[in-house]
Amino acid sequence: MYSAILFLPLIGAIIAGLFGRMIGHKAAEYITSALLVLAALLSWIVFYDIGLSADGTKAKVELFQWITSGRLDVSWGIRVDTLTAVMLVVVNSVSALVHIYSIGYMHDDPHRSRFFAYLSLFTFAMLMLVTSDNLLQMFFGWEGVGLASYLLIGFWYQKPSANAAAIKAFVVNRVGDFGFALGIFGVFAVFGSIDLDTVFAASAEQKGKTFEFLGYQLDIMTTLCLLLFMGAMGKSAQFLLHTWLPDAMEGPTPVSALIHAATMVTAGVFMVARLSPLFELSQVARDVVTVVGATTAFFAATVGLVQNDIKRVIAYSTCSQLGYMFAALGVGAYGVGIFHLFTHAFFKALLFLGSGSVIHAMSNEQDMRNMGGLASRIRITWIMMLIGTVALTGLGIPHLIGTAGFYSKDAIIEATHAVHSGVGNYAFWLLVVAAFMTSFYSWRLMFMTFHGRSRAEPDVLKKVHESPQVMLVPLYILAAGALFAGVIFSGYFLSDSDGTFWKGAVFSANGDKVVHDMHHGPEWVLWAPTVMMAAGFGLSYLFYIAAPWLPGAFAKAFRPLYLFLLNKWYFDELYDLIFVRPAMWLGRFFWKTGDGTIIDGMGPNGIASRVMDASGRIVKVQTGYVYHYAFAMLIGVAMLITYFMFAGGAPS
Amino acid sequence: MIDGGILLSAVTFLPLVGAFFIFAMVQGDDEAAQRNARYVALYTTIATFALSLFLWWNFDPSTADFQFVEDYAWLGENIRYKMGVDGISVLFVVLTAFLMPICILASWESIGSRVKEYMIAFLVLETLMIGVFCALDLVLFYLFFEAGLIPMFLIIGVWGGKRRVYASFKFFLYTLLGSVFMLLAIMAMYWHAGTTDIPTLMQAKFPFAPIDVFGFEIPGGMQTLLWFAFFASFAVKMPMWPVHTWLPDAHVEAPTAGSVILAGVLLKMGGYGFLRFSLPMFPVASDLLAPLVFAMSVIAIIYTSLVALAQEDIKKLIAYSSVAHMGFVTMGIFTVTVQGIQGGIFQMLSHGIISSALFLCVGVIYDRIHTREIAAYGGLVERMPVYAVCFMVFTMANAGLPGTSGFVGEFLTLLAAFTVNTWVAAFATISVILAAAYSLYLYRRIIFGKLEKSALANIVDMNRREMSYILPLVALTILFGFYPAPLIEIHDVSVQKLITTYQQALAEAGRLTDLAGLTQ
Repeated sequence: MYSAILFLPLIGAIIAGLFGRMIGHKAAEYITSALLVLAALLSWIVFYDIGLSADGTKAKVELFQWITSGRLDVSWGIRVDTLTAVMLVVVNSVSALVHIYSIGYMHDDPHRSRFFAYLSLFTFAMLMLVTSDNLLQMFFGWEGVGLASYLLIGFWYQKPSANAAAIKAFVVNRVGDFGFALGIFGVFAVFGSIDLDTVFAASAEQKGKTFEFLGYQLDIMTTLCLLLFMGAMGKSAQFLLHTWLPDAMEGPTPVSALIHAATMVTAGVFMVARLSPLFELSQVARDVVTVVGATTAFFAATVGLVQNDIKRVIAYSTCSQLGYMFAALGVGAYGVGIFHLFTHAFFKALLFLGSGSVIHAMSNEQDMRNMGGLASRIRITWIMMLIGTVALTGLGIPHLIGTAGFYSKDAIIEATHAVHSGVGNYAFWLLVVAAFMTSFYSWRLMFMTFHGRSRAEPDVLKKVHESPQVMLVPLYILAAGALFAGVIFSGYFLSDSDGTFWKGAVFSANGDKVVHDMHHGPEWVLWAPTVMMAAGFGLSYLFYIAAPWLPGAFAKAFRPLYLFLLNKWYFDELYDLIFVRPAMWLGRFFWKTGDGTIIDGMGPNGIASRVMDASGRIVKVQTGYVYHYAFAMLIGVAMLITYFMFAGGAPS
Repeated sequence: MIDGGILLSAVTFLPLVGAFFIFAMVQGDDEAAQRNARYVALYTTIATFALSLFLWWNFDPSTADFQFVEDYAWLGENIRYKMGVDGISVLFVVLTAFLMPICILASWESIGSRVKEYMIAFLVLETLMIGVFCALDLVLFYLFFEAGLIPMFLIIGVWGGKRRVYASFKFFLYTLLGSVFMLLAIMAMYWHAGTTDIPTLMQAKFPFAPIDVFGFEIPGGMQTLLWFAFFASFAVKMPMWPVHTWLPDAHVEAPTAGSVILAGVLLKMGGYGFLRFSLPMFPVASDLLAPLVFAMSVIAIIYTSLVALAQEDIKKLIAYSSVAHMGFVTMGIFTVTVQGIQGGIFQMLSHGIISSALFLCVGVIYDRIHTREIAAYGGLVERMPVYAVCFMVFTMANAGLPGTSGFVGEFLTLLAAFTVNTWVAAFATISVILAAAYSLYLYRRIIFGKLEKSALANIVDMNRREMSYILPLVALTILFGFYPAPLIEIHDVSVQKLITTYQQALAEAGRLTDLAGLTQ
């Protein structure tokens, strides 16, 4: 069954990719979608067997040998424990729904079988990532999803901006992979293996020990964890390596929902949770994770406040929510972080697919400044987006009930408070403020899109229509998840790491102290996110419904700040200045000056001109006949042979 | 040593027989004669490939000894015609024989003049290249190694592009430089050991006591001098930075098949030379000078990757990326660890497939549009979807994507480098970023975008002949990415023995510090 879950999407990808032309678009769409639905159903069965049922155990299937050299021995394999099972459910469910949704969304695209092949290929790579039993297969899945992401962002290959975004996504991810790769090398150098169980078993001995890295004596576990985390930062678009994610919105909207919201970008979160036995051995590494996560959550939320492209708002929101997850992992609340990953997949996919429905209705318009007043025209989409928004902002009543985000996001905030450390407090306050901003920009999106006066062109407005059922049904399912995933599953996810749900799939060194403490935090901590959520809604209502002139006035009054946020803290410009341009400049310099002037000038060309000065006859060599060189070589060889023949008797 | 009849000689000289056949039987330069020459060449190379597969099939990977050994007196008793292969060399024979029919097919229509001579040149070249990997006598090796340059000169100089004379001149100067030193070294070795038998020389233990040359003390003594002499030749061949500048010009001017042989086989002779000569014969010098090789490798990897980023000519870009990829080979080999050497060998074999494929891909569009300028293309996916997919596979393999053969070699060599020196590993790993950048940037400019240029309006996708050699390369690139074992297991024992002998030599020289844990 595990093999089936893993390979059904691959089979779909091969059928749609290689034989798409032969069998036609329709067949390609239905085959890939059907296979994915099957894989999703199987995933839920696995999730029940291994996670929910009390007597489940983790499973391993070894497929075949991959790279064996000396003591390095890596095989392809499938490892399924509760953490993997959660990821299987998330990946396959969202992927299946996105496949179905895309049948409607990509209806007019001439290359849709290729699109479905890529989607399925992505799913396969993601499954390889989450089922890996060693670091190298994880790296394979890691790069595989990167490839699929590249192909899908650049799916509309005629758009220069899409091509640029695709390359940017791949290359920035490679910056993270630079760290990931070094981390794998380091793990091998230290442990002599990159097999997860082997490394976990031997890791406790390495705690506190040092090794030489780049000339410094560094703590082994801290160094390895930080290198690996660099990979996670790239894939999950964390602060400093986040620049690719907003640009990735150039891809078709279902891609944004699947890859850049629900699944691929959570791979970094998954990785840290998977390697929790290593991260638990380094307080420094976990502090870094928390700080990076909290900073990202705050930073991305600030940028999200002022964006006008509907997809970019959600993209920054994703970036921000990923920061929440990392903050949770960093304070040792692995279950909490993964819980947010789980619920986030539902409501963020819902928001993206919903915004896709809006874009679809608005004849591909994405700028919210040209929207407004759509609620009455596309009522179902509006309701779906509303559900997504209340789930994201965490609507709920403490001690009573709430949406999915209420359970998971608030738990993260409580967990950061419960550790009572400097880093924890830093994260707590940033996350609380970010919760306010999350609420503000989410409602801003709702108000600008669906409420108030319409700002659309009349002929666009005339064509506004509700999406077909094939696009709406996936929204219903996701909406159900966004509303109820929290209340149903919080008991399971927010339990002890060696309890009946996790069964040791994540590891806590101090007996899940954080998870216990967070349930007994002070009352005001419990209420803080809820208050922030309400305040964000209130301010947003004031800005965009009650007093629509206010945003403009604010932007004018705080113009530098506004521009700073609108231009995303100028990261793109900065990176262009310090990385991209120098690299191109260096390339040209090495080429023209290094190779051309220095090496060739002193070497072959220099010798040539000197020879030409010396003798006019040799000019012929330079202008002329290759045969001469050949002849010269032949003579050389002949002389050598002659020499040896005459020297026949050995001189020794 | 395992005696093996005449199989190796048969594999080596069968192409020469074909060449002679063309020379003797095919007359004139008309249509029919051209066709005959092509078919004779194709059938000969296919037969040679079949023989090489037979060789692979019968090769016993459980022993490190040379196999299929042939040993006859040649130039007196001391210089013998001695051939044989071990786990390190056997796959290079197969690689050479595999690429040859592809070269003939790739030249099928693009070479229109002097077809007969062209085919003869290629067949002679094949004999000489296979000979290099089989020779077990220094003189025989040198003969094959140097003589192979002649047909290559001709291929670039006669059937090359506009600046072919400059390119072959440069090629000549560089190689001459290398081979002169190697020749001197061979003589010195002969004087010292009294034999040119390679297996014997591998046990020869050349002196490494410091010697004094013009007042400078040379650590490692004679070994160091010999090491440098061989290094001069192999470094040019690899090519290593800074003696790499002949390669881009040679590639640019060579016809497609010439580039394939250059990248696919000739570059591998340098790496093979390090494994066959430098490490086993001069272990102390190798150990002493490994930091120099690391430095040159790392510079090559970063420097040429950056240069590749700035290229405007497709072939030059791929040529520079070849230099970078060869940097991994030298880096891996000189770690003298199992992963490093196996990774280096794998990287050479894999690069033989991938870079050949990339040059063939360039050939496909060059045959249609007759320019190598990147800016002349754009939007090809519109009219050449199959080509776009194949090119994508090779582009990703070039960028070292896991699941392609390009990943395995890079991974193993980097892994090995990390266990020896983290600085080397960290710098070399930067290439994962740069390789992705230049590969994807190239792909984007050629394949993606709008198809707007009028010259491209009627361009057609690959035909059957082109697919017949591109598709197998696609399959191999992916197959060896997922299941590289066939290209690794075969040299396991040979590499183990190489390392054991190397370490024994170092131990005897008192240079072995705590390496034991690193070599597994």
